[in-house]
Amino acid sequence: MTEIFGVPAQVLYGQLLLGLVNGSFYALLSLGLSVIFGLLNIVNFAHGTMYMLGAFLAYLLLMPLGLGYWWAIVLVPMLAAGLGIAIERTILHRIYRLDNIYGLLVTFALTMIIEGIVRVYFGVSGLRYPVPASLSGMIDLGFMRLPVYRMWVIFAALGLCLLTWVLIERTRLGATLRAGTENPRLVQAFGVNVPLLVTLVFGWGVGLAAFAGVLAAPLMQLTPQIGHSIIITVFGVVVIGGMGSILGSILTGLALGLIEGVTKVYYPEASSTVIFLVMILVLLMRPHGLFGKQ
Amino acid sequence: MKSTAFMVLAGIVALIVAPAVVYPMLMVKLLCFAIFASAFNLMLGYTGLLSFGHAMFFGTAGYILGLGMKHLGWPPEIGLLAGVAGAALLGLFAGVIAIRRQGIYFAMITLAISQLIYFVAMQMEWTGRDDGLHGIPRGRLFGLVDLENDYALYGLVAVCFVLALAGIHRIVTSPFGQVLTAIRENEARAISLGYDVDRYKVLAFVLSAALSGLAGGLKALALNYESLNDLHWSLSGEVVMMCILGGLGTLSGPIAGAFFVILLQNFLADKVGEWLSVIIGCVFLFCILAMRKGFVGEIAARFRVTNRSGRAAQ
Repeated sequence: MTEIFGVPAQVLYGQLLLGLVNGSFYALLSLGLSVIFGLLNIVNFAHGTMYMLGAFLAYLLLMPLGLGYWWAIVLVPMLAAGLGIAIERTILHRIYRLDNIYGLLVTFALTMIIEGIVRVYFGVSGLRYPVPASLSGMIDLGFMRLPVYRMWVIFAALGLCLLTWVLIERTRLGATLRAGTENPRLVQAFGVNVPLLVTLVFGWGVGLAAFAGVLAAPLMQLTPQIGHSIIITVFGVVVIGGMGSILGSILTGLALGLIEGVTKVYYPEASSTVIFLVMILVLLMRPHGLFGKQ
Repeated sequence: MKSTAFMVLAGIVALIVAPAVVYPMLMVKLLCFAIFASAFNLMLGYTGLLSFGHAMFFGTAGYILGLGMKHLGWPPEIGLLAGVAGAALLGLFAGVIAIRRQGIYFAMITLAISQLIYFVAMQMEWTGRDDGLHGIPRGRLFGLVDLENDYALYGLVAVCFVLALAGIHRIVTSPFGQVLTAIRENEARAISLGYDVDRYKVLAFVLSAALSGLAGGLKALALNYESLNDLHWSLSGEVVMMCILGGLGTLSGPIAGAFFVILLQNFLADKVGEWLSVIIGCVFLFCILAMRKGFVGEIAARFRVTNRSGRAAQ
């Protein structure tokens, strides 16, 4: 069997694939955070909660309603976006004029409330969401065996990231959006309904998080805590990459997922901390992040 | 001035009478969190820096005290001092890194560093991991006072509480504290006046971390155990909440906030179960949206106290 630096090649490839899967989640979530921060100036602490909620909504659609994975992947992001829009209209729009630490605090309170409600109804023990039949199984590549579902996760997550990138960087709507980020008053003066734009952007960001939750549901035990550690890891990703650039978010997310995967092979004890160590190093050398503006 | 002296006197009398009315262990818990929230207020209330990782100081001090007293036979005063020193060192490390960014990034960096500490503690054998560190002895203070007696322990915590508050009062009324307020109000102006803003921020961070460590050490000593919960970010969030609910930038606000949150948890925990975090979350949300000055701030505004003292401070 081939070995790479004393580790069987299959193990390394396996962890690299897992790293890529995790990296896709980081990319999807940090992208949503960046887009929301760009227009709303709010760091959405509840982003991890929306990811968790996405997974649980998928479970709810399956268990009492019998709507399977493909229904979930379409309906859940829309439901979550609807919830996001309701939250933006009733709560968030009241705090735009305040210092942006209040955005963090309000969304922290929302995290407590939403997560508490999920805990009331589902308890803290883990639930299982089955891998859809059409995506189960393995592909044998000769040098390793690929689970189809993981490939699908990477493909779907990166596809949605790219779609978001195209929407924002290459369309007229996106150009208005970017202008709104720069100078909302001027854009408003040109007759663009900026508050509506803000609401939609928040809905889109929340939808991205819920989509990530549906993608992740078959890969783990569902507990109300699944949003906890991922949101802080994503904060680390955002500090490393800077929130200015969309492609930056995607690349940083993927790269950190891979770094985590490699660490799991060679020094497993550090796999949960390596992203934060990278963050500290980046802060010491480039305080504004790899893609951040001064 | 007269009314302040009266308040202080009333507070001290209340501290002496309290254990006759309330369970001493509940009082101990209330005071520990009041110290913690007051220490945190030094950052957010007086310097305007939102740290979202203060649990790391609280928990680290608890583990240092617990390990030293359980395995190395330290007396409680050494355990507390070591805990405070450890928290201050960690504060120096975290502060130097976190002040490289401002505003919301500062909050995210402190959160990330505290998560780093959490994961490290989770993997170490000696923390007891998920089980926590049990059987921390209380020992004899200075070899004289047996702290196994709850009233003696309460006495120690009450004295630490008074000293911590006096220390914080001294800090915020000193020229150093005035510079911190200047940074909060207008950082660019403080820089242009020639202050080395970063050094002031780091020092405020270290002081706040040390006092948080005092609170964490006392809590571990009182409860005889330390767990990963004390390092978790939800505790960091809780202390932010206590400060904001009570009122930022006042001495009594964080104390009121800490008392409110702990008492609410205490009375509701067995009645509402998992709804507790929903209720506290709603209270917090309401407070941010409708009464940003907090309980103490709103009451003071009614009596126009803040205005006058605010002007006097300038």
